Amino acid sequence: MKYLLILLISLLPSFSYAGQAKDLAEDPVLEQRMVNLAQNLRCLVCQNESLASSRADLAKDLRQEVREKMKQGMTDQQIIDFLVSKYGDFVLFDPPMKSYTILLWYGPFALLLLGLAGLVYQLRKRKNAASEIQLSSEEAQRAAALLNEPKDPQT
Amino acid sequence: MTRFWPFVAFVVLAVFLYVGLGLNPHEIPSPLINKPAPAFTLPQLYSPAKQFSSQDMKGKVWLLNVWASWCVSCREEHPVLMALSQQNIVPIYGLDYKDKNPDGEAWLREGGDPYTLVATDANGRVGIDYGVYGVPETYVIDKQGVIRYKQIGAITHESLQQKILPLVAELQAK
Repeated sequence: MKYLLILLISLLPSFSYAGQAKDLAEDPVLEQRMVNLAQNLRCLVCQNESLASSRADLAKDLRQEVREKMKQGMTDQQIIDFLVSKYGDFVLFDPPMKSYTILLWYGPFALLLLGLAGLVYQLRKRKNAASEIQLSSEEAQRAAALLNEPKDPQT
Repeated sequence: MTRFWPFVAFVVLAVFLYVGLGLNPHEIPSPLINKPAPAFTLPQLYSPAKQFSSQDMKGKVWLLNVWASWCVSCREEHPVLMALSQQNIVPIYGLDYKDKNPDGEAWLREGGDPYTLVATDANGRVGIDYGVYGVPETYVIDKQGVIRYKQIGAITHESLQQKILPLVAELQAK
């Protein structure tokens, strides 16, 4: 009877399921560190997913690689440098400041300044255009007459 | 003149988009170009007891073709490799990436074997060293063991004639 009970218990899904979470159980601190690092790294197969969330085989292998490198005592920066040396800056979600990324980093600000300069230029021009109109004495009288015209009582 | 500015801005934007959208996002330039090819020693596909070491290739220009039996584009590439191997211009070494030996062997029996030798990278570790992210990939490695070119995706007749063979001829002449 006892053996039958054990057999029944072992058949319950919650007991037989142990495949996925194994890595996490081994060393939760290391796993958390790996996830923190992998969140800032791009999966090369499904390119808008992070290495932490991707289900691609390569991402799985790279996560394992990161874990092992952490166990060997490498710092996060050393691991990032290793991956960059193999896959290029593309693995970083945060592109580094380099000669060919200047446009990427400062382009939006350059466009903003250009827009502001254009706006200031246009506004100045408009202001000048508005103040430039000089009325002759005849025109001034007509303008005064029009402006002082009594209102139509019907409206 | 002022009324042409929106048009000029449109043309500039259109040029940027034309160039930008024309790029293939799956072709990530490899940082390993002109760097020494990572050294590896791996078991051979047909006789796993024997090892193949990349160091044995010093002094030769060779192609390292990363493939797998589960890889769809490799099927498309295979006839090109078969034709190339028959010309005896450059030795093609295969790296069977994350594959089972029986599957790899069956695949070569079926489609023909263009490789001088095939090494197996069962756990993909050497693949990571070479920055492999999408099979097939092919590396052109020179006599000093430096990677000179990386073909991402299947080799086509065009890429072979335009890029790989001229480069191989140039490297062999050195």
